Amino acid sequence: MTGFKQKDIISIRHFNKEELLSILDLAQRMEQTDSADLLKGKVLASLFFEPSTRTRLSFESAMKRLGGMVIGFAESGSTSASKGESLSDSVRIIEGYCDIIVLRHYLEGSAQLASDIVNIPVINAGDGANQHPTQTFLDLYTIQKTKGTLEGLTVGFLGDLKYGRTVHSLAYALAYFGAEMFFISPPSLRMPRDCIDELRDRKVKCHESESLMGISKRLDVIYCTRIQKERFADPVEYEKVRGVYRLSKTLLEEMGIKEDLKILHPLPRVDEMDDSLDTTNYAVYFQQARNGLPMRKAILAAVLGAIV
Amino acid sequence: MKQLDVSAIKDGSVIDHIDSKSTLKVADILNIQNEEQMVLVGINLTSKFLGKKGIIKIGGKIIDQKEVNKIALIAPDATVNIIKDYEVVKKFKVAVPDVIEGIVKCFNPNCVSNHHKITPKLHVINKNPIKLQCHYCERIMNSKDILLI
Repeated sequence: MTGFKQKDIISIRHFNKEELLSILDLAQRMEQTDSADLLKGKVLASLFFEPSTRTRLSFESAMKRLGGMVIGFAESGSTSASKGESLSDSVRIIEGYCDIIVLRHYLEGSAQLASDIVNIPVINAGDGANQHPTQTFLDLYTIQKTKGTLEGLTVGFLGDLKYGRTVHSLAYALAYFGAEMFFISPPSLRMPRDCIDELRDRKVKCHESESLMGISKRLDVIYCTRIQKERFADPVEYEKVRGVYRLSKTLLEEMGIKEDLKILHPLPRVDEMDDSLDTTNYAVYFQQARNGLPMRKAILAAVLGAIV
Repeated sequence: MKQLDVSAIKDGSVIDHIDSKSTLKVADILNIQNEEQMVLVGINLTSKFLGKKGIIKIGGKIIDQKEVNKIALIAPDATVNIIKDYEVVKKFKVAVPDVIEGIVKCFNPNCVSNHHKITPKLHVINKNPIKLQCHYCERIMNSKDILLI
Protein backbone atom coordinates (compact mmCIF):
# COMPACT_ATOMS: atom_id res chain seq x y z
CA MET A 1 0.00 0.00 0.00
CA THR A 2 2.98 2.31 -0.45
CA GLY A 3 0.99 4.25 -3.08
CA PHE A 4 -1.37 5.48 -0.37
CA LYS A 5 1.05 6.37 2.43
CA GLN A 6 0.71 10.09 3.30
CA LYS A 7 -1.25 10.58 0.07
CA ASP A 8 -4.07 13.11 -0.12
CA ILE A 9 -7.34 11.60 -1.33
CA ILE A 10 -8.89 14.47 -3.25
CA SER A 11 -10.20 13.18 -6.55
CA ILE A 12 -10.77 9.84 -8.18
CA ARG A 13 -8.74 11.24 -11.10
CA HIS A 14 -5.61 10.89 -8.96
CA PHE A 15 -5.89 7.08 -8.83
CA ASN A 16 -5.08 4.47 -11.43
CA LYS A 17 -6.74 1.08 -11.81
CA GLU A 18 -4.06 -0.75 -9.85
CA GLU A 19 -4.40 1.61 -6.89
CA LEU A 20 -8.19 1.26 -6.92
CA LEU A 21 -7.92 -2.52 -6.86
CA SER A 22 -5.37 -2.44 -4.05
CA ILE A 23 -7.63 -0.37 -1.76
CA LEU A 24 -10.56 -2.72 -2.49
CA ASP A 25 -8.34 -5.64 -1.54
CA LEU A 26 -7.33 -3.94 1.71
CA ALA A 27 -10.99 -3.24 2.60
CA GLN A 28 -11.67 -6.94 2.15
CA ARG A 29 -8.81 -7.75 4.53
CA MET A 30 -10.13 -5.19 7.02
CA GLU A 31 -13.41 -7.12 7.16
CA GLN A 32 -11.60 -10.36 7.89
CA THR A 33 -8.86 -9.42 10.35
CA ASP A 34 -8.56 -7.80 13.76
CA SER A 35 -7.00 -4.38 13.44
CA ALA A 36 -7.87 -2.85 16.80
CA ASP A 37 -4.62 -1.01 17.57
CA LEU A 38 -3.35 -0.11 14.14
CA LEU A 39 -3.84 3.64 14.63
CA LYS A 40 -3.32 3.90 18.38
CA GLY A 41 -2.19 7.41 19.29
CA LYS A 42 -3.27 8.96 15.98
CA VAL A 43 -5.81 11.79 15.79
CA LEU A 44 -8.30 12.38 12.98
CA ALA A 45 -9.83 15.85 12.51
CA SER A 46 -13.33 15.42 11.10
CA LEU A 47 -14.27 18.79 9.58
CA PHE A 48 -17.81 18.80 8.20
CA PHE A 49 -18.92 22.20 6.95
CA GLU A 50 -21.92 20.50 5.33
CA PRO A 51 -24.28 17.91 6.84
CA SER A 52 -23.43 14.22 6.62
CA THR A 53 -24.48 11.06 8.39
CA ARG A 54 -22.92 8.02 6.75
CA THR A 55 -19.63 9.52 5.63
CA ARG A 56 -18.89 11.31 8.89
CA LEU A 57 -19.98 8.52 11.20
CA SER A 58 -18.25 5.78 9.22
CA PHE A 59 -14.97 7.74 9.17
CA GLU A 60 -15.22 8.41 12.90
CA SER A 61 -16.18 4.83 13.67
CA ALA A 62 -13.36 3.52 11.46
CA MET A 63 -10.79 5.68 13.25
CA LYS A 64 -12.02 4.58 16.70
CA ARG A 65 -12.15 0.91 15.71
CA LEU A 66 -8.52 1.19 14.64
CA GLY A 67 -7.59 2.57 18.07
CA GLY A 68 -7.31 6.22 17.01
CA MET A 69 -9.03 9.36 18.29
CA VAL A 70 -11.36 11.85 16.63
CA ILE A 71 -11.77 15.61 17.03
CA GLY A 72 -13.90 17.90 14.89
CA PHE A 73 -17.33 19.27 14.19
CA ALA A 74 -20.47 18.21 12.34
CA GLU A 75 -21.62 21.68 11.28
CA SER A 76 -19.71 24.92 10.86
CA GLY A 77 -22.05 27.05 13.01
CA SER A 78 -20.07 26.28 16.16
CA THR A 79 -16.66 27.07 14.61
CA SER A 80 -14.62 30.14 13.75
CA ALA A 81 -15.97 29.86 10.18
CA SER A 82 -19.16 31.44 11.54
CA LYS A 83 -16.99 34.40 12.66
CA GLY A 84 -15.67 34.77 9.14
CA GLU A 85 -12.45 32.73 9.40
CA SER A 86 -11.27 31.51 5.99
CA LEU A 87 -10.99 27.82 5.19
CA SER A 88 -7.24 28.32 4.62
CA ASP A 89 -6.72 29.69 8.14
CA SER A 90 -8.94 27.01 9.70
CA VAL A 91 -7.04 24.06 8.20
CA ARG A 92 -3.66 25.69 8.89
CA ILE A 93 -4.54 25.88 12.58
CA ILE A 94 -6.24 22.49 12.86
CA GLU A 95 -3.21 20.83 11.20
CA GLY A 96 -1.37 21.37 14.49
CA TYR A 97 -3.89 19.28 16.41
CA CYS A 98 -4.12 16.11 14.33
CA ASP A 99 -2.45 13.58 11.99
CA ILE A 100 -5.05 13.55 9.22
CA ILE A 101 -7.94 15.75 8.07
CA VAL A 102 -11.26 14.54 6.67
CA LEU A 103 -13.00 17.52 5.06
CA ARG A 104 -16.48 18.07 3.68
CA HIS A 105 -17.19 21.56 2.33
CA TYR A 106 -19.84 23.12 0.11
CA LEU A 107 -17.31 24.82 -2.20
CA GLU A 108 -15.87 22.80 -5.08
CA GLY A 109 -12.09 22.51 -4.88
CA SER A 110 -11.99 23.13 -1.13
CA ALA A 111 -10.24 19.81 -0.39
CA GLN A 112 -7.55 20.55 -3.00
CA LEU A 113 -7.04 23.99 -1.46
CA ALA A 114 -6.69 22.44 2.01
CA SER A 115 -4.20 19.84 0.75
CA ASP A 116 -2.10 22.58 -0.89
CA ILE A 117 -1.86 24.37 2.47
CA VAL A 118 -1.22 21.64 5.05
CA ASN A 119 1.52 19.02 5.28
CA ILE A 120 -0.63 16.22 6.68
CA PRO A 121 -2.92 14.07 4.50
CA VAL A 122 -6.32 15.48 3.54
CA ILE A 123 -9.23 13.26 2.61
CA ASN A 124 -12.02 14.79 0.55
CA ALA A 125 -15.36 13.74 2.05
CA GLY A 126 -17.27 15.71 -0.58
CA ASP A 127 -16.62 19.16 -2.10
CA GLY A 128 -19.82 20.69 -3.43
CA ALA A 129 -20.95 18.91 -6.59
CA ASN A 130 -17.40 17.94 -7.51
CA GLN A 131 -15.90 14.79 -5.99
CA HIS A 132 -16.44 12.25 -3.23
CA PRO A 133 -13.65 9.74 -3.86
CA THR A 134 -14.04 7.56 -0.76
CA GLN A 135 -17.71 7.02 -1.63
CA THR A 136 -16.50 5.81 -5.02
CA PHE A 137 -14.09 3.37 -3.38
CA LEU A 138 -16.93 1.86 -1.35
CA ASP A 139 -19.29 1.87 -4.35
CA LEU A 140 -16.70 -0.09 -6.33
CA TYR A 141 -16.20 -2.41 -3.37
CA THR A 142 -19.96 -3.04 -3.18
CA ILE A 143 -20.24 -3.71 -6.91
CA GLN A 144 -17.27 -6.06 -6.82
CA LYS A 145 -18.66 -7.96 -3.83
CA THR A 146 -22.21 -8.27 -5.12
CA LYS A 147 -21.52 -8.80 -8.84
CA GLY A 148 -18.31 -10.78 -8.39
CA THR A 149 -16.44 -8.54 -10.85
CA LEU A 150 -15.95 -4.93 -11.91
CA GLU A 151 -15.05 -5.78 -15.49
CA GLY A 152 -17.34 -5.14 -18.45
CA LEU A 153 -20.55 -4.24 -16.60
CA THR A 154 -23.49 -2.27 -18.02
CA VAL A 155 -24.36 0.40 -15.50
CA GLY A 156 -27.34 2.77 -15.41
CA PHE A 157 -27.01 6.02 -13.47
CA LEU A 158 -30.42 7.39 -12.51
CA GLY A 159 -31.61 10.67 -10.98
CA ASP A 160 -29.63 13.84 -10.34
CA LEU A 161 -26.63 13.42 -12.58
CA LYS A 162 -25.81 17.13 -12.75
CA TYR A 163 -25.10 17.78 -9.08
CA GLY A 164 -24.52 14.17 -8.00
CA ARG A 165 -20.83 14.13 -7.21
CA THR A 166 -20.87 10.38 -6.47
CA VAL A 167 -22.05 9.77 -10.03
CA HIS A 168 -19.23 11.79 -11.57
CA SER A 169 -16.59 9.99 -9.51
CA LEU A 170 -18.00 6.49 -10.01
CA ALA A 171 -18.43 6.93 -13.77
CA TYR A 172 -14.80 8.04 -14.01
CA ALA A 173 -13.62 5.01 -11.99
CA LEU A 174 -15.76 2.48 -13.89
CA ALA A 175 -14.19 3.68 -17.12
CA TYR A 176 -11.05 1.77 -16.04
CA PHE A 177 -13.09 -1.44 -16.07
CA GLY A 178 -14.67 -1.23 -19.53
CA ALA A 179 -18.17 -0.38 -18.34
CA GLU A 180 -20.92 0.67 -20.72
CA MET A 181 -22.91 3.51 -19.15
CA PHE A 182 -26.49 4.76 -19.43
CA PHE A 183 -27.24 8.17 -17.93
CA ILE A 184 -30.94 8.51 -17.15
CA SER A 185 -32.16 11.88 -15.87
CA PRO A 186 -34.60 14.74 -16.48
CA PRO A 187 -33.17 17.19 -19.06
CA SER A 188 -32.36 19.80 -16.41
CA LEU A 189 -30.25 17.32 -14.39
CA ARG A 190 -28.24 15.71 -17.18
CA MET A 191 -24.68 14.55 -16.72
CA PRO A 192 -22.39 17.60 -17.25
CA ARG A 193 -21.14 17.86 -20.82
CA ASP A 194 -17.48 17.91 -19.79
CA CYS A 195 -17.95 14.62 -17.87
CA ILE A 196 -19.52 12.94 -20.92
CA ASP A 197 -16.78 14.31 -23.21
CA GLU A 198 -14.10 13.05 -20.84
CA LEU A 199 -15.67 9.57 -20.69
CA ARG A 200 -15.96 9.43 -24.48
CA ASP A 201 -12.32 10.51 -24.77
CA ARG A 202 -11.57 7.44 -22.64
CA LYS A 203 -13.51 5.26 -25.14
CA VAL A 204 -16.47 4.65 -22.82
CA LYS A 205 -19.77 3.79 -24.52
CA CYS A 206 -22.11 6.45 -23.07
CA HIS A 207 -25.85 6.82 -23.69
CA GLU A 208 -28.26 9.44 -22.36
CA SER A 209 -32.02 9.12 -21.89
CA GLU A 210 -34.91 10.36 -19.76
CA SER A 211 -36.39 6.95 -18.97
CA LEU A 212 -35.42 3.40 -18.04
CA MET A 213 -37.87 2.03 -20.61
CA GLY A 214 -36.09 -0.11 -23.17
CA ILE A 215 -32.84 0.03 -21.20
CA SER A 216 -33.68 -1.80 -17.97
CA LYS A 217 -33.19 -5.30 -19.42
CA ARG A 218 -29.59 -4.54 -20.31
CA LEU A 219 -28.44 -3.27 -16.93
CA ASP A 220 -26.22 -5.18 -14.50
CA VAL A 221 -26.25 -2.32 -11.99
CA ILE A 222 -28.52 0.67 -11.35
CA TYR A 223 -26.87 3.49 -9.42
CA CYS A 224 -29.80 5.56 -8.19
CA THR A 225 -29.37 9.03 -6.67
CA ARG A 226 -31.55 11.47 -4.77
CA ILE A 227 -32.58 14.70 -6.44
CA GLN A 228 -30.83 17.07 -4.08
CA LYS A 229 -33.11 19.91 -2.95
CA GLU A 230 -30.17 21.73 -1.33
CA ARG A 231 -28.41 22.17 -4.71
CA PHE A 232 -31.31 24.14 -6.25
CA ALA A 233 -31.21 27.93 -5.92
CA ASP A 234 -34.81 28.13 -7.17
CA PRO A 235 -37.40 25.97 -5.30
CA VAL A 236 -39.69 26.08 -8.37
CA GLU A 237 -37.02 24.27 -10.39
CA TYR A 238 -36.77 21.62 -7.66
CA GLU A 239 -40.53 21.07 -7.64
CA LYS A 240 -40.45 20.45 -11.40
CA VAL A 241 -38.20 17.41 -11.00
CA ARG A 242 -38.87 16.01 -7.52
CA GLY A 243 -40.36 12.57 -7.60
CA VAL A 244 -39.74 12.17 -11.32
CA TYR A 245 -38.34 8.64 -10.76
CA ARG A 246 -39.90 6.18 -8.30
CA LEU A 247 -38.40 2.70 -8.54
CA SER A 248 -40.46 -0.12 -7.11
CA LYS A 249 -40.27 -3.90 -7.28
CA THR A 250 -43.43 -4.07 -9.42
CA LEU A 251 -42.33 -1.35 -11.82
CA LEU A 252 -38.91 -2.91 -12.39
CA GLU A 253 -40.29 -6.41 -12.90
CA GLU A 254 -42.91 -5.12 -15.31
CA MET A 255 -40.27 -3.30 -17.35
CA GLY A 256 -38.08 -6.36 -17.36
CA ILE A 257 -34.73 -6.59 -15.61
CA LYS A 258 -31.90 -9.06 -15.26
CA GLU A 259 -32.43 -11.47 -12.37
CA ASP A 260 -29.09 -10.56 -10.88
CA LEU A 261 -29.52 -6.77 -11.21
CA LYS A 262 -28.09 -4.88 -8.25
CA ILE A 263 -29.36 -1.47 -7.15
CA LEU A 264 -27.02 0.90 -5.35
CA HIS A 265 -27.81 4.28 -3.81
CA PRO A 266 -25.41 6.49 -1.83
CA LEU A 267 -28.34 7.38 0.50
CA PRO A 268 -30.20 9.17 1.94
CA ARG A 269 -33.19 8.42 -0.28
CA VAL A 270 -36.37 10.46 -0.40
CA ASP A 271 -38.98 8.89 -2.68
CA GLU A 272 -36.90 7.61 -5.60
CA MET A 273 -36.85 4.02 -4.27
CA ASP A 274 -39.90 2.34 -2.82
CA ASP A 275 -39.59 0.31 0.39
CA SER A 276 -40.83 -2.73 -1.59
CA LEU A 277 -37.33 -3.03 -3.02
CA ASP A 278 -35.61 -3.25 0.36
CA THR A 279 -36.16 -6.97 0.88
CA THR A 280 -35.35 -8.01 -2.69
CA ASN A 281 -32.05 -9.42 -3.88
CA TYR A 282 -31.71 -6.37 -6.12
CA ALA A 283 -31.25 -3.97 -3.20
CA VAL A 284 -27.66 -3.68 -1.98
CA TYR A 285 -27.79 -0.06 -0.74
CA PHE A 286 -27.85 -0.91 2.97
CA GLN A 287 -24.91 -3.26 2.47
CA GLN A 288 -23.27 -0.44 0.50
CA ALA A 289 -23.65 1.92 3.48
CA ARG A 290 -22.18 -0.72 5.81
CA ASN A 291 -19.23 -1.16 3.45
CA GLY A 292 -18.26 2.39 4.34
CA LEU A 293 -16.71 1.09 7.52
CA PRO A 294 -14.17 -1.46 6.19
CA MET A 295 -13.38 0.84 3.27
CA ARG A 296 -12.69 3.84 5.49
CA LYS A 297 -10.66 1.69 7.88
CA ALA A 298 -8.61 0.63 4.87
CA ILE A 299 -8.15 4.23 3.71
CA LEU A 300 -7.11 5.55 7.12
CA ALA A 301 -4.72 2.65 7.78
CA ALA A 302 -3.14 2.94 4.33
CA VAL A 303 -2.79 6.73 4.32
CA LEU A 304 -1.38 6.84 7.85
CA GLY A 305 1.15 4.17 6.92
CA ALA A 306 -0.10 1.47 9.31
CA ILE A 307 -0.32 -1.02 6.44
CA VAL A 308 2.88 -1.55 4.50
CA MET B 1 9.03 49.26 -53.08
CA LYS B 2 6.27 47.59 -51.10
CA GLN B 3 4.32 50.00 -48.97
CA LEU B 4 3.61 48.89 -45.38
CA ASP B 5 -0.06 48.53 -44.48
CA VAL B 6 0.71 49.81 -40.98
CA SER B 7 3.53 52.30 -40.32
CA ALA B 8 6.74 51.16 -38.64
CA ILE B 9 7.51 52.17 -35.05
CA LYS B 10 10.89 53.30 -33.74
CA ASP B 11 10.84 51.50 -30.36
CA GLY B 12 8.29 49.19 -28.78
CA SER B 13 6.44 45.92 -29.43
CA VAL B 14 4.68 44.52 -32.47
CA ILE B 15 2.20 41.68 -32.00
CA ASP B 16 1.73 40.07 -35.39
CA HIS B 17 -0.18 37.10 -36.82
CA ILE B 18 -3.18 37.60 -34.58
CA ASP B 19 -6.34 35.89 -35.78
CA SER B 20 -8.27 38.92 -37.11
CA LYS B 21 -11.34 38.22 -34.99
CA SER B 22 -9.23 38.21 -31.81
CA THR B 23 -7.35 41.46 -32.49
CA LEU B 24 -9.49 43.71 -30.32
CA LYS B 25 -9.39 41.17 -27.47
CA VAL B 26 -5.58 41.26 -27.63
CA ALA B 27 -5.74 45.08 -27.68
CA ASP B 28 -7.84 44.85 -24.53
CA ILE B 29 -5.28 42.57 -22.83
CA LEU B 30 -2.59 45.13 -23.63
CA ASN B 31 -4.72 47.93 -22.20
CA ILE B 32 -3.85 50.13 -25.17
CA GLN B 33 -6.25 52.91 -24.26
CA ASN B 34 -3.90 53.89 -21.44
CA GLU B 35 -0.78 54.10 -23.64
CA GLU B 36 0.68 57.54 -24.18
CA GLN B 37 2.78 56.83 -27.27
CA MET B 38 1.58 55.81 -30.72
CA VAL B 39 -0.53 52.62 -30.96
CA LEU B 40 -1.47 51.18 -34.34
CA VAL B 41 -4.12 48.47 -34.73
CA GLY B 42 -4.67 46.71 -38.03
CA ILE B 43 -7.43 44.19 -38.72
CA ASN B 44 -8.06 42.05 -41.82
CA LEU B 45 -4.55 42.57 -43.22
CA THR B 46 -3.38 40.06 -45.81
CA SER B 47 -1.44 37.12 -44.40
CA LYS B 48 0.28 34.26 -46.23
CA PHE B 49 -0.39 31.90 -43.31
CA LEU B 50 -3.69 33.02 -41.83
CA GLY B 51 -5.41 34.51 -44.91
CA LYS B 52 -6.38 37.55 -42.86
CA LYS B 53 -4.56 38.70 -39.77
CA GLY B 54 -4.50 41.37 -37.14
CA ILE B 55 -1.49 43.37 -35.97
CA ILE B 56 -0.88 45.70 -33.04
CA LYS B 57 2.11 48.06 -32.75
CA ILE B 58 2.72 49.80 -29.44
CA GLY B 59 5.35 52.54 -29.29
CA GLY B 60 7.63 52.68 -26.25
CA LYS B 61 6.39 49.52 -24.56
CA ILE B 62 8.04 46.12 -24.11
CA ILE B 63 5.26 43.66 -23.35
CA ASP B 64 5.75 41.46 -20.28
CA GLN B 65 5.49 37.67 -19.80
CA LYS B 66 2.06 37.85 -18.14
CA GLU B 67 0.70 39.70 -21.16
CA VAL B 68 2.36 37.19 -23.52
CA ASN B 69 0.72 34.30 -21.63
CA LYS B 70 -2.69 35.96 -21.86
CA ILE B 71 -2.27 36.63 -25.59
CA ALA B 72 -1.32 32.96 -26.14
CA LEU B 73 -4.71 31.89 -24.78
CA ILE B 74 -6.61 34.19 -27.15
CA ALA B 75 -4.31 34.16 -30.20
CA PRO B 76 -2.14 31.01 -30.12
CA ASP B 77 -0.50 31.78 -33.51
CA ALA B 78 0.62 35.31 -32.59
CA THR B 79 4.26 36.40 -32.83
CA VAL B 80 5.92 39.14 -30.82
CA ASN B 81 8.64 41.45 -32.19
CA ILE B 82 10.57 43.76 -29.92
CA ILE B 83 11.73 46.84 -31.84
CA LYS B 84 14.68 49.14 -31.09
CA ASP B 85 15.56 51.99 -33.41
CA TYR B 86 13.37 50.49 -36.18
CA GLU B 87 15.21 47.14 -35.97
CA VAL B 88 13.74 43.83 -34.69
CA VAL B 89 15.99 42.90 -31.74
CA LYS B 90 13.90 39.95 -30.52
CA LYS B 91 11.23 37.84 -32.17
CA PHE B 92 9.28 34.94 -30.71
CA LYS B 93 6.02 33.06 -31.06
CA VAL B 94 3.70 33.16 -28.07
CA ALA B 95 3.42 29.85 -26.24
CA VAL B 96 0.78 28.55 -23.89
CA PRO B 97 2.45 27.50 -20.61
CA ASP B 98 1.59 24.17 -18.92
CA VAL B 99 0.12 25.92 -15.91
CA ILE B 100 -1.65 29.27 -15.88
CA GLU B 101 -1.70 31.18 -12.61
CA GLY B 102 -3.38 34.48 -11.87
CA ILE B 103 -4.53 35.38 -15.38
CA VAL B 104 -7.67 33.30 -15.94
CA LYS B 105 -10.62 32.99 -13.58
CA CYS B 106 -12.39 29.64 -13.13
CA PHE B 107 -15.81 29.83 -14.76
CA ASN B 108 -17.46 27.71 -12.05
CA PRO B 109 -19.24 30.11 -9.67
CA ASN B 110 -19.10 27.48 -6.90
CA CYS B 111 -15.32 26.99 -7.20
CA VAL B 112 -13.36 27.76 -4.03
CA SER B 113 -11.05 30.01 -6.08
CA ASN B 114 -13.97 32.39 -6.65
CA HIS B 115 -14.76 32.65 -2.94
CA HIS B 116 -11.38 32.78 -1.20
CA LYS B 117 -8.40 35.07 -1.63
CA ILE B 118 -6.34 32.61 -3.64
CA THR B 119 -4.64 32.89 -7.00
CA PRO B 120 -6.64 31.00 -9.65
CA LYS B 121 -4.60 28.14 -11.10
CA LEU B 122 -5.42 26.16 -14.23
CA HIS B 123 -3.66 23.24 -15.87
CA VAL B 124 -3.42 23.33 -19.65
CA ILE B 125 -4.65 19.92 -20.84
CA ASN B 126 -4.68 20.85 -24.52
CA LYS B 127 -2.91 23.76 -26.21
CA ASN B 128 -4.60 24.05 -29.58
CA PRO B 129 -7.58 24.17 -29.31
CA ILE B 130 -7.12 25.43 -25.81
CA LYS B 131 -8.54 23.31 -22.98
CA LEU B 132 -7.93 24.23 -19.34
CA GLN B 133 -8.71 22.38 -16.11
CA CYS B 134 -9.15 24.20 -12.82
CA HIS B 135 -6.56 23.03 -10.27
CA TYR B 136 -9.19 23.26 -7.51
CA CYS B 137 -12.63 22.22 -8.78
CA GLU B 138 -11.40 20.21 -11.83
CA ARG B 139 -13.89 21.82 -14.21
CA ILE B 140 -12.70 21.83 -17.82
CA MET B 141 -12.88 25.05 -19.84
CA ASN B 142 -12.74 25.60 -23.58
CA SER B 143 -11.72 28.87 -25.25
CA LYS B 144 -15.30 30.22 -25.10
CA ASP B 145 -15.31 29.79 -21.31
CA ILE B 146 -12.07 31.68 -20.67
CA LEU B 147 -12.48 34.65 -18.34
CA LEU B 148 -9.31 36.74 -18.24
CA ILE B 149 -8.55 38.59 -15.02
